[in-house]
Amino acid sequence: MKREWNVGLVLSALSAAVVLLLAWWAQGRLGGYLVRLVHMWGIYVIFVVSFNLIYGYTGQFSLAHAGLTAIGAYTVALLTLSPGAKQAMFLLVPPTWPISVVQWPFFPALVLSGLLAAVVGFGVGAPALRLRGDYLLIVTLGFSEIIRLLLAALPTVSNGALGLVGIPTYTNLVWVWACAMAAIFVTKRLVDSSYGRALKCIREDEIAAEAMGVRLYYHKLMAFTISAFFTGIGGALLANLLRTVDPRTFAPSLSYVVITMAVLGGVDSLTGAVLAAGIYTVMSEILRVVESPITLLGIHVRGFPGLRTLAFAVMLLLLIRFYRKGLMGGREFSWHSASVKLRGLTTAMKGKGGEE
Amino acid sequence: MSLLEVSDLAMRFGGLLAVSGFNLRLNKGELVGIIGPNGSGKTTLFNMITGFYRPTEGKIVLNGKDITGLRPDQITALGVARIFQNSRLFRDLTVLDNVLIGHHFRMRSSPVEAVFRLPRYVGEERQACDEASRLLEGLGLASFEREIARSLPYGLQRKLEVARALATKPSLLLLDEPATGMSIEETTELMDFVLRLRGDYELTILLIEHHMRVVMGICERMTVLNYGKTIAQGTPEEIQNNPEVIKAYLGAE
Amino acid sequence: MGWGQFIQYVVYGVALGSLYSLIAIGYTIIYGIVGLINMAHGDFFMVAAYVAMWGILVWKLPMPASYALGAALAIALGVTAERIVYRPLRGAKISAFIGAIAVSSILQNTFVVFFSPRSKPFPHPAFLDRVLQFGEVALPVSMLFIIAASVLLFLILTYIVTKTKTGRAMRALSKDLEAAQLVGVNPDRVISFAFVLSTAFAAAGAFLWCSKVPYVDPFTGMMPGLKAFIAAVLGGIGSIPGALLGGFLLGLGEVMIVAALPMLTPFRDIFAYLILILFLLIRPGGLFNVTVREEKV
Repeated sequence: MKREWNVGLVLSALSAAVVLLLAWWAQGRLGGYLVRLVHMWGIYVIFVVSFNLIYGYTGQFSLAHAGLTAIGAYTVALLTLSPGAKQAMFLLVPPTWPISVVQWPFFPALVLSGLLAAVVGFGVGAPALRLRGDYLLIVTLGFSEIIRLLLAALPTVSNGALGLVGIPTYTNLVWVWACAMAAIFVTKRLVDSSYGRALKCIREDEIAAEAMGVRLYYHKLMAFTISAFFTGIGGALLANLLRTVDPRTFAPSLSYVVITMAVLGGVDSLTGAVLAAGIYTVMSEILRVVESPITLLGIHVRGFPGLRTLAFAVMLLLLIRFYRKGLMGGREFSWHSASVKLRGLTTAMKGKGGEE
Repeated sequence: MSLLEVSDLAMRFGGLLAVSGFNLRLNKGELVGIIGPNGSGKTTLFNMITGFYRPTEGKIVLNGKDITGLRPDQITALGVARIFQNSRLFRDLTVLDNVLIGHHFRMRSSPVEAVFRLPRYVGEERQACDEASRLLEGLGLASFEREIARSLPYGLQRKLEVARALATKPSLLLLDEPATGMSIEETTELMDFVLRLRGDYELTILLIEHHMRVVMGICERMTVLNYGKTIAQGTPEEIQNNPEVIKAYLGAE
Repeated sequence: MGWGQFIQYVVYGVALGSLYSLIAIGYTIIYGIVGLINMAHGDFFMVAAYVAMWGILVWKLPMPASYALGAALAIALGVTAERIVYRPLRGAKISAFIGAIAVSSILQNTFVVFFSPRSKPFPHPAFLDRVLQFGEVALPVSMLFIIAASVLLFLILTYIVTKTKTGRAMRALSKDLEAAQLVGVNPDRVISFAFVLSTAFAAAGAFLWCSKVPYVDPFTGMMPGLKAFIAAVLGGIGSIPGALLGGFLLGLGEVMIVAALPMLTPFRDIFAYLILILFLLIRPGGLFNVTVREEKV
C-alpha cells in the first residue's frame, strides 16, 4: 500500500510539471484567443475547487463567493497599479492613503489578496457559520452584497462604480495553472486527511459528528477560511486577466456561475471541478457566437444577447432536477483506479486478440 | 467518587415539562437502566447528558467535573459516548472512516501539518488506523473495513455504531433503545453483547430500553420515568413489584 | 423639515412599505409551508409587469385586460415552476434553492433574449398622476392608491387565510407538515394554491410598484424582490403578519433615514443588508419570533 502511495505521488508531481510545461509552451505558441480560454479555465478551476471545499465536502452552502472574489480582485488591482495611474483614474475623488502611494510587485500582491480574502472570509464565516442552512445562505449573500455595495459606495478606496482599468498584467498560463494546482493540492490533501474526514462527517450528519467529538464550528470555519483564501487568489488572477474590475462584475450572478459549474462537475469531486470548468469555458465561447449577429448564406441573423446566461440557467435546472450528482459525483480520479481500468482494458483487448 | 452524578435535572420546552426532578448516581462499572413509556422523557434525558439540550434546571457532574450545558463534542471528549436510537451512521463513508472519526478529536496535529503530511500527523494517523482496525477486529467487522457503511446488513450496521462509539474511548456509554425491532433470540444475544462490552472495554453503561426482558435481564438498578417524573428507582425485583410502576407502565405492556 | 414635508415622507414610506409587504407576503407564504426561499419570486413580479406592459403598448389591449393577462401568466408560471421544479425537489432544501436560482435566471434571460434588456415605459391609469393638495402637503394620488389598494389586498388575504378551507389548510401545513397531512390536508393541492396566492400578490405588487416607478426591464424584479425578502426575514419568515410588519418597517425606515440624513443615500441598501444580517444572527425568528425548525436529535 505504501509503495502505491509513493508511485501515485511521483506521478502526480510529474503531471504537475507536465501541466506547467504545457502552460509555458502554450503561452508562447498558441494564439491569443486560445490562451485566454485556457487562462479563464484555470481561474474557474480555482473558484469551483474552493466552492467544492465548503459545500461539496463540508456541506455548507455559501453565497459569499462573489464578494470574496471582489476582495481578491480589488486588492491586487489597487496594489499593482502605479500611483500615477490611480491618480488619473480616480475621477470623482482622489484615492486615499495608502492606496494613493502604494505599488507592490505582483507576487506579494497576489499573496495579500488571498490573505485579505481569507481574513474577510473569516469575518463573514465567524458569525454566519453559527447558523443553519437557509440562514447561512442568506447571511453569506448579504455579506457578499455588502462588499459589492461598499466597493461601489466608497470611491476614495475603489473608484466607486467606475471601477479600475488598465490593471497591469503579470500573469500568464503558468501562473494561473500553478495556482490552480496549488488549490487542488491543498484541497485534496485536506480532504483526504483526518480533517477531511471530519468535514465529510459534518456534511453527512452534524448531530452524529458532534456526538463523535468533532468541533463543528471550528471545522466549518477552517474550511470556509481556506476556501476564501483561494477564492481571493482566483479573484486576483481574474483581475489580472480582465484588466478591469468594477462592482457589477461581483454581483451574486458570479456566485451562481460557480455553483453551476460545481453542480455540473459534481460538488464533491475535484476532477469534476476541473472538467466542468473546462466545459463551461468552452461552451461559453461557443455560445458567444450566437450572441452577436451573423450573416448566414446572405441572411442576416440577429444576435441573441443573454443567450449564454439563459442556456446555462436551463442547464443548471436540468442538472439539479435530473443529474444532481454531476459528471463525477462522489468519484475522483486517482492513479490507482486509472491503472486498474487500464489493466482491465488491456486484458479485454488481449482477450479479443487471442480469439482471432 | 461516582462516575456520573445527576441532580435535580429538569427540561422545560415552553409550557411542556419534559423531565423534572431527575436524580441519578452512577458508579464506575455499573449497568443501569432507564425505562418508561413513550414520551416519558428518556431521550430528552440522554440529550441533556450528552449536551444536545441544555437543562433548564439541575446539574450533571462527570468524574467530579460539571458538564451541564457543555457542547456535545466537549462531553464526548470527556469520555461519554452515545449510540442513537435511530441509526446515525455516516452512510456514505467507509466502515473504517466511520470508526476513524472517533479518533479525530484526539488529534494534536494542525490542518497545516495534515495537508503537508508532516511526521507528527502521519504518526498520529497511523496510530489511529491501527487502533481502529483493532476495534473493528474485536467486533468482527475487520473484513468490512473498506465497505461503504450503507452496504452493510442491518445487524452489522448496529455493530458498526458500537465500534464508532467505542472509538472515542469512553468511560460512560449511553445506549438508546438498542433492542428496537429485535426478536427474542436477538435480545438474548444483545444482552450477552452488552455485558461483554462492559467487561472488555471497562465501561459504565446507562441504558434506555422499552424491552422489559432486556432491562430486567442485565440492569443492576433502574429508574422508571413517567411523564418526565421519576416514579420508582431500585433493583429489578423492587421495580417489578412496585404498584406505581405496574399501574403506569407494566399494565400497558 | 416642515410638517408638510414630513407627512409627505411618511406617506411615501408607508406606500413603499405596502409594496414591500405585498411582495414579502409571497416569500413568506412559500417559505412557511415548504421551507423554500423562492429566489424567482421577484421575477414572477417582473413577468406580470412586463406582460401587462406588452399587452397595453404592443397588443393595444385595454388596461384591465392587460393587467389580468400579466397576472394570469405570472401565476401560471409560478404554478408550473412549482410543479416541475420545486415539487420534485421538496425534500432537498439546497437543491430546491438552486432550482429557484435557475428559474429566476431563466425568467430574466428569456425576457432579455426574446424581448430586450432595455427598459420600457410602463403605462398606468392617468388618474394616478394627479397630486392632491392638502394645505402645504402635496400627496400624489399614486401613493394613496398604493396604500388603499394594499390595505384592500391585505384584507382579502386575511379573509382567505382565516375563513377559507384552503387558506386554513395552508396555515396548518406551515405549522406542521406531517400533522396536517394526518388530518387529511392534501399538500400538493394546498401548495399549488399557495403558489397561486403568492404569485398573485407579486403581480399586484408589480402593478402598484410600476405605477410608482414607471419602467420595466427584465431585471426590474431583482431589487424589490431582495428588499421584500429582507422584509420577510425581518418580520419573521414564515409569518404573514411578520411580512406585513417587516415590509412597513423597511419601507418607512428606508424613506425616513434618507430624508433625515440624505448623505447616507448611497449606503441605503447596505443598511438593509446589515439589518438582515443582524437579525439573523441575533433573532433569526424575526420580530414575530417565528420558531426555527430544529432537527430532532
